[in-house]
Formats: sequence, C-alpha cells, structure tokens
Amino acid sequence: MYAIKVQNLTKQFNGFVAVDHISFNVNHGELFGLLGPNGAGKTTTINMLSTLLKPTSGYAEVAGFDVSKNRDAVRNSIGVVFQELALDNKLTGKENLEFHAMMYGLSKKERRKRIKGVLELVELTDKTDVLVENYSGGMKRRLEIARGLVHKPKVLFLDEPTLGLDAQTRRHIWEYIKKLNEKSKVTIILTTHYMEEADYLCERVVIMDFGKIVTLDTPQNLKNVLGGDVISIEVSSAERGFEIFKKFSWVKEISQHDGIINLSVERGEKKIPLLMKIEQQEAGFEIKSVNLRKPTLEDVFLHFTGKTIREKEMSQNERNKEIVRRRIMRR
Amino acid sequence: MIRLKPINLTAIYVLWLREMKRFVRAKSRVIGMLAMPLFFLAFLGLGFTKMNIPGMSKDIDYIHFLVPGIIGMTMLFTSMFAGLSVLWDREFGFLKEIMVTPVNRVSVVLGRIVGGATTALIQGTLILGISLLIGFKILGISSFLLSVVFMLLISVAFIGLGLVFASKMKDIEGFGSIMRFVVFPLFFLSGALFPLENLPVWIRYISYIDPLTYGVDGLRGVLIGVSSLSITLNLMILIGFSLVMVLLGAYFFEKSEVV
Repeated sequence: MYAIKVQNLTKQFNGFVAVDHISFNVNHGELFGLLGPNGAGKTTTINMLSTLLKPTSGYAEVAGFDVSKNRDAVRNSIGVVFQELALDNKLTGKENLEFHAMMYGLSKKERRKRIKGVLELVELTDKTDVLVENYSGGMKRRLEIARGLVHKPKVLFLDEPTLGLDAQTRRHIWEYIKKLNEKSKVTIILTTHYMEEADYLCERVVIMDFGKIVTLDTPQNLKNVLGGDVISIEVSSAERGFEIFKKFSWVKEISQHDGIINLSVERGEKKIPLLMKIEQQEAGFEIKSVNLRKPTLEDVFLHFTGKTIREKEMSQNERNKEIVRRRIMRR
Repeated sequence: MIRLKPINLTAIYVLWLREMKRFVRAKSRVIGMLAMPLFFLAFLGLGFTKMNIPGMSKDIDYIHFLVPGIIGMTMLFTSMFAGLSVLWDREFGFLKEIMVTPVNRVSVVLGRIVGGATTALIQGTLILGISLLIGFKILGISSFLLSVVFMLLISVAFIGLGLVFASKMKDIEGFGSIMRFVVFPLFFLSGALFPLENLPVWIRYISYIDPLTYGVDGLRGVLIGVSSLSITLNLMILIGFSLVMVLLGAYFFEKSEVV
C-alpha cells in the first residue's frame, strides 16, 4: 500500500485544464517533490489531495482513503501547510496551535505534550506567547509547519514552503523538513519551483508542466539522463581544440559555442587532470580556462520541456498581468 | 442538501473562543462599531426630542421610540459583519486552515454563529446600558431578559444572511456594496427610526420581508410596551426568519469552494 495513490487525476476550471490526467504513487515515509513553474498545476494537485477541491475526474487515495468519498478520514490523516500563510495574526503562536489541536479533537493532556514537542522541533518555544502578527516571515512558516504536525498526521503536504523567504531562512526550513521526515517518519509531499530545493530535499521528484507529468524519478537519475557533467573549456583556437578533444574516448558529447568548447563527460573532476596533460604547444592551442559544471534539475527541466524554468515563469507572469488587466477593464 | 452529522461541540467552543479573543483584542474595532449607533442615538434623539411621532401616542417621546431601533441597528450591523467575516478569513487564508480540519461544516457555521451572536449581544447590551444612562426607561428586569431573546434572534438571522453573501463572494471587494445596498436598506425599512405606518403602502410591503422589522417592533414591545404587532407574533416570525437564514447560510457555506 502507498501513502498516496493518484490515477488519472484531472481538474478543470471552466474548460481550462489545470491538472491533466496525472498518475503517481508515493511510498510511506518518502519525501516526495512536485516540481514545476507557477501555473503547472502543483497547488491544484495539493488542493485535490487535501480535499479542498473536488477532482473533475480520476482517482486519488491518501493514507488509504478516497479523497472524494472519504473526505473526513483523509482530513484526519493529513497536515497541510498552504502556499499563502493561514495563521490568525491576532492570536499568539500557542493559541494558533491550541485552536488547531482542538479542531482535531486532541485531549488536553495530549495537546500540551504535542504543542510543546512541535514548538521545540521548530525552535519557537520562546515565542509561544507572542502574537503572530509580530512574527517574522520565517517564524510564521515554522509555526505553520509545527501546526501541520500537532495532530500526528500520516501525510504532510507542504505547498511552496519557502516561497518568499530569504536564502538563509530557506536553508533553515530545509533543515527542519529533513529533520522531521527522519525523526517522525511522516510522509511528506512538497511542491516547489526552486530546483535546488527539490534536489536537496526530495527522494523522488515529479516534474510538472501545463498540468501534465513530464517525468518522475530520483533527482540523481534525472540528472544522469543528461549524460553526466559538463566541462567548458576556453581555448585560444576553438577549431584546433575541437579536433583534439573529440578524439578522447571518455568524451561522450562535444559542442562549440562562442569559442567555448563543452564536453559531456562522466565524473568530470577526474577528467580535468587529463586535460592538463595535453602538450599545448604541440597541439597548437592554449587552454585559457576550464569550468566544471554538475548538471542541476534546471538542466533536466530544460531538457524535458525545451525551456528553462525562469523563461516559463516570465511567460506565466505576462499571462497573469493580462488577466489582471482584463479584470480591471471589465469593471 | 446538508447531511446531518454529529455536531462537534469542541469545535464550536474553540471557534467561539477564537472570536472572543479577537473581540477583546480588537478594541478599536469595537469602539468603531459602537460609534455609529451612538451618534444616531445622540443626534437623532436630541434633535427630535420634542417631536410628536406621527401615528404614535403623545405619551411616548422620540428617545423611547428610537432606542429599540438603535439596538436593532447595532444587532444588524455587528451580525452582518460577523457573518461576512468569513471573507476576511478567506482573504487571510485562515479559512483554509479551518476547512482542512475534519470538523464538519455545520459545526463550523454554528461556531461562527455562536461567536458572532455573543459579540453582537455584548454590543447591543452596551447600547442599552448607555441608553439607560441618558434617560431611557425600561419596564423591568423581565423586559430586559426578553429583549435579550430578541437581540439573539436578530443576530442569528443576520449572521446567517451574512454567511450567504460571504459564501457567494470571492473576495472582500464586494463588502462595501453589501453595506450600501443590503444593510442600509434593511435598516431604514425596519422602522428603526420612524413608524412604518407613514410609508407608502408598496414600501411597507417590502418592509414586511425585512426580519429587522419584527426585531425592532418586538424590542419596542418588550422594552417600552408599544408595538404594531403583538410580541408573540413578532417572536414567532423572527424565529422563522432565523431558522431559514441559518439553514440558507449553512447550505451556501457548505457548497462554497474554499480555493
């Protein structure tokens, strides 16, 4: 049995297909990622799995319960951290957790114990009695993650958990997520459009685009699809360099771009010394610089969709602006 | 239709508790909401003090006629606001936090009604207390207790109506329109400021579908002993309205999508 089972799940909004026949399974205790640009359908997927939206068609199961037919059982088994903050600013951190715990019917003794535990986990113990409106963005996020755990869910959904946070805070949140996945063995499914976040955290990643699943695998396997590392070499004579480099048996692919030669190789760090052994005077060129790049999920995304995720976001932004403009005109 | 599930008392309690905490902490909002009825009371009450009310006995001065109306107004405004506050929860995301819990929606609606009615009742009682200080006289303690019953019913009816609107609206942008095109007409049509007998017949018919008409008339009956309809009739009609509004509010709230 899987923690999450999704089969041909589809959601349409007035003819617009936000999620298009997606299928995947998530194992128990897995840290699973949904990766894709804004508008790819990640949040809609999460909303369907957490029973906030009814699927148009298809089937989904969370913790063994049908999300359409057995909503209350699903709700009892999950914790959700939404993309936008969902805290009551006029309550203190502890009161927010207390509210949540009571909505889930925890006994007083249990509440006290659980709340203390989760606050320690996210290191907010000294801020428990401060109104949430006085929290920083990172603290609010941590409190929400803590809240998602109070009732000991089997599955925790994190929708863009680090959106809008600075790099340092993001790192912190990553550590908390890793820690709680290891310690409490909770299955975590997170969405993100940060490639490095998915790469760092997730055991397996689904890449989504235009509501469809583009590919699904471990980050390492996805990167291996691209054929290993890239060594970029700047040489005085690109033509001569190209001739020489392409003779090496360990070069899997070679290309030339603006006087820079790119080599696809495996274990690039071991190949750079080999390059240094070339008798440059004899070969008739001079190596000016060498750059080794490990492929990122960004490259994977580019490989599968033909665009970088940033280009995707740009066109998405244009689309959003257009929608806003139309709305204003209608008034 | 709404499937009947066991009502979750803990959830109702915690939703009520949240409302109370917010109420106590938002002093400026409470003062702001009390200010308008107090201004109405002060300026209209003083301005029309020696006026004969058309269609009313000469023994009743305008302040005694006005106070039940202003109490009704307070209940109307605070209760609609309480019902519509779902919109704020939607705007600030907290509605999702409520909706993703296993608490059934009928309990969520009841929690909001209990919380909203409590805050509305506190404010209505405050207005009544202030009125007593400036010379308003009520018939006795039983009349006060009966007035609380009327206040509660008015409150429940309009929280229900507020929930209907809140469930139909996507964001808080429509809030001003609701105030202008729903709340104020309900207020003026209710006879809170003047006897309805003076209105043209066709407007009077509209006022008969305004629950506040029966609320204000009932409050007048119990507080000063003068009303167009009997207290019992007002009570029955108001109970009917409250039930319908709560069911409608719960129905639309249940059907509305959170995201």
